[in-house]
Amino acid sequence: MSKIVEELNDVVIKFAGDSGDGMQLTGTQFSNTAAFIGNDLATFPDFPAEIRAPQGTVAGVSGFKIQIGNQQIYSPGDEADVLIAMNPAALKANMDWIKDRGTIIIDSDSFKAKDFEKAGYNNNPLEDGSLQGYNLIEAPITKLTKDSVAEFDIENKSRTRSKNMFALGIVYWLFNRPLEITENFLDSKFKKLPELAKANKAALKAGYNFALTVELLPSSYKVKAAQLPKGKYRSITGNEATAWGILAAAEKSDLKLFLGSYPITPASDILHELSKHKSFEVVTLQAEDEIAGICSAIGASFAGSLALTTTSGPGLALKGEAIGLAMMTELPLVIIDVQRGGPSTGLPTKTEQSDLLQAVYGRNGESPVIVIAASTPSNCFDFAYQAAKLAVEHMTPVILLTDGFIANGAEPWRIKRMSEMPKITPAIVKGERGDWNPYTRDEKKLNRTWAVPGIKGYEHRIGGLEKQDITGNVSYDPNNHEVMVKIRAEKVARVANFIPELTVAGDEKADLLVVGWGGTYGGLHTATSAMIEQGQSIAHAHFNYINPLPKNTAAIFAKFKKIVVCELNNGQFVKLLRSELPQFDYLQYNKIQGLPFSKGQLINEFEGLLNGK
Amino acid sequence: MEHLVKEELTAKDFETDQDVRWCPGCGDYAILKAVQKTLPEIGKEKEDIVFISGIGCSSRFPYYMNTYGFHTIHGRAPAIATGVKLANPNLSVWQVTGDGDALAIGGNHFIHALRRNIDINILLFNNEIYGLTKGQFSPTSQTGIKTKSSPQGTVDRSFNPGNLALGAQANFFARVIDIEPKKMVDVMIAAEKHKGTSLIEILQNCIIFNDKVFAGVTAKDVKLDRQLWLEHGKPMIFGAEENKGLVLNGLKLEIVTIGENGVTEADILVHDAYEQDKTLHNLLITMSAPEFPVAFGVIRSVEDNSFDENIWNQIKEEKANAKYSSVDELMNSGVTWEIE
Repeated sequence: MSKIVEELNDVVIKFAGDSGDGMQLTGTQFSNTAAFIGNDLATFPDFPAEIRAPQGTVAGVSGFKIQIGNQQIYSPGDEADVLIAMNPAALKANMDWIKDRGTIIIDSDSFKAKDFEKAGYNNNPLEDGSLQGYNLIEAPITKLTKDSVAEFDIENKSRTRSKNMFALGIVYWLFNRPLEITENFLDSKFKKLPELAKANKAALKAGYNFALTVELLPSSYKVKAAQLPKGKYRSITGNEATAWGILAAAEKSDLKLFLGSYPITPASDILHELSKHKSFEVVTLQAEDEIAGICSAIGASFAGSLALTTTSGPGLALKGEAIGLAMMTELPLVIIDVQRGGPSTGLPTKTEQSDLLQAVYGRNGESPVIVIAASTPSNCFDFAYQAAKLAVEHMTPVILLTDGFIANGAEPWRIKRMSEMPKITPAIVKGERGDWNPYTRDEKKLNRTWAVPGIKGYEHRIGGLEKQDITGNVSYDPNNHEVMVKIRAEKVARVANFIPELTVAGDEKADLLVVGWGGTYGGLHTATSAMIEQGQSIAHAHFNYINPLPKNTAAIFAKFKKIVVCELNNGQFVKLLRSELPQFDYLQYNKIQGLPFSKGQLINEFEGLLNGK
Repeated sequence: MEHLVKEELTAKDFETDQDVRWCPGCGDYAILKAVQKTLPEIGKEKEDIVFISGIGCSSRFPYYMNTYGFHTIHGRAPAIATGVKLANPNLSVWQVTGDGDALAIGGNHFIHALRRNIDINILLFNNEIYGLTKGQFSPTSQTGIKTKSSPQGTVDRSFNPGNLALGAQANFFARVIDIEPKKMVDVMIAAEKHKGTSLIEILQNCIIFNDKVFAGVTAKDVKLDRQLWLEHGKPMIFGAEENKGLVLNGLKLEIVTIGENGVTEADILVHDAYEQDKTLHNLLITMSAPEFPVAFGVIRSVEDNSFDENIWNQIKEEKANAKYSSVDELMNSGVTWEIE
């Protein structure tokens, strides 16, 4: 059969199967291959909280969405062009997320009566006409996988497990991808089990050849390499980038890195990643609880380490009192909150931006800290680095907010060079003690300085009781308390002098300014840039700095008639803006479904706002 | 052993200019003096010593020590001390805590510090009462005690800190009392020398809210019969006439009198603080007056690597076999591609 190749600008592919089917690995492999051949891309893993929810049920469906393109891609996309559904449950869970006339590839071996019943279908969806209008490709994936690995000496249960590789092979053919990256991956993953490596490679190849041979597939597609800035690239997830950003800051500042952390979804991968890198003199402590995680970090900070604790919303709540201690004793500390759906235990594997007010205000007493937010998987690197820099230069806790969406999402990243990273100068004491006091302050930044145990002559005591200005002795003096509360607030406020100003994408005279913060950048940028291209009067300003706000925030807002603040929560940043900059009117657009914004929804909303002017 | 005494440091060097603000007559004063006498003996410079505390009367301690010090938050001192020691294992780290701080709000951190065997010294001031919050019962208060929060008497059972510690795998446990300054110093020196978490329970009299709670053990007329000071390698002999001793009867301790019923000194148990098996140590820790004497001194001192040592050994090993010598190398590792 001659191969018809259609060229596409961008395409969204969704892999879906049982949570034990290896869909995350399959998706990651496809991403790596796409990235390697030069596509830009964004990914979105979407998995259940249960490790193995009941097999074959909708609750147990694990998905991995990826958008690839020949231009810059800022989000994993909304509806899929191609869905790979390994069972009826995976089909059912994704029916609302497939484009009209989209391609659905299913494993026909897993559509027996008991399978579609388990998924909650009354009738076989392959026969009841519900898939009319889609390009349905039925492939006996399980059987063909078994056949393809028959010759290898592997355990029986492994014979069907390679079906994800067979499915990946089909998709590789469909998108004209080389198998090489995944073959190399399999060789290295199963270095010690060569038969398993061979079997998986055989299944991959069999899937590819199946697609090539059968006439089920009318054409294959090509997505050309994207025009990305020159340089050396790799694929990176937000959590990896966060871990590496902190490692980079430790190297640059010449401080030892200490992480105290308690496992929590979706932040644990930062703990895992840093635990691999002990060769950089990284100490990682898996603590007995969230509180011990942060408290050990505070101890390490007191002793002179670059100290870090990582968590998600429930853990941030537990850490509140200790953040207050670090704030009071003015010790540098980086707190990373990979936000997830709340409240309470909430939606652990879903994304949300609902910890913002907790981060800014969630402590007893007047307890200001720096709060910043990363906005893409790869810029988690920059903001983790920046969090560390601000902490050790300004002597304060810094909360970095990321979220499940960017933490688990991956994208190509132009690898940073250490030489291009800004200098970090920790506020460590120098020379003899002289008239130094624990709360002697820098005139510009108002930070105190860091006298670390082991440095002779600087012995001193600090603690959570109110400090006397300068000496740091315990003080109950009423006026001193007021002075100290104001100094601590002013110290954080002055950070605005050391951070970049807010920028606007689009026309500064546009009718509507779309405001977002943190992990919604990709979605908001995709929607607003599409509208700008169509000539609509819209602009986008995205915040990475929450407390303090960039200095020019009011000046930017003053240029626009309408401001809409878009958040994946019930309106937290907008509440903060209304209190900090009450002179402006703010519209708000909120989504609270544990899911990222979709381009279509956003455009719809913005067009409504523009037309209603 | 190398010569540890730093001649230039004296107890006075460890005093600060802050007024000590415990109640007059509080047992804490004696403990403070004992610590200040101990430190010149441990062979550390002032700048290499850190005192960490939580919240409570005892936790004011760091303000009165001219070393590095950190008065932290309620119950969390073990976690903070763990961070300090891991960040810089060269430091001598002392945690000062009370029965509420360590065993109620901080119970989790307390047991996990002991489990890991981080090389810190924990001074647990046990006065069986909450002092700073003005007199509520604590996890070590005797059942039935009437306090502001238990006007009818408590129905709570109490912890024995030593049993709890050994259950948490503690390798070092000692017990002293605030009215024995010389013995406190000896035990503190032993604790500092011991590698791993060293827990010293100090029976400390709260003169305001629980005065004379230990009188049944300390009163002059009963003291010799109700205190057993253990020394490694020495028979467990006590009593006004130094003729009482402990023997094992099945799985229970029993008091015998030397010279009666044919008992000789050779029949008396000999204290082995280094014994791995916790059984006898637990029996000794559990003894309470008036049926038994209360055991004091270093009850358990078992050698093992400390947590910080193991962590840093692992780091050294990883460094020796490092895959990447810089973050640049790490970032450029694995699958990468060039865009021209």
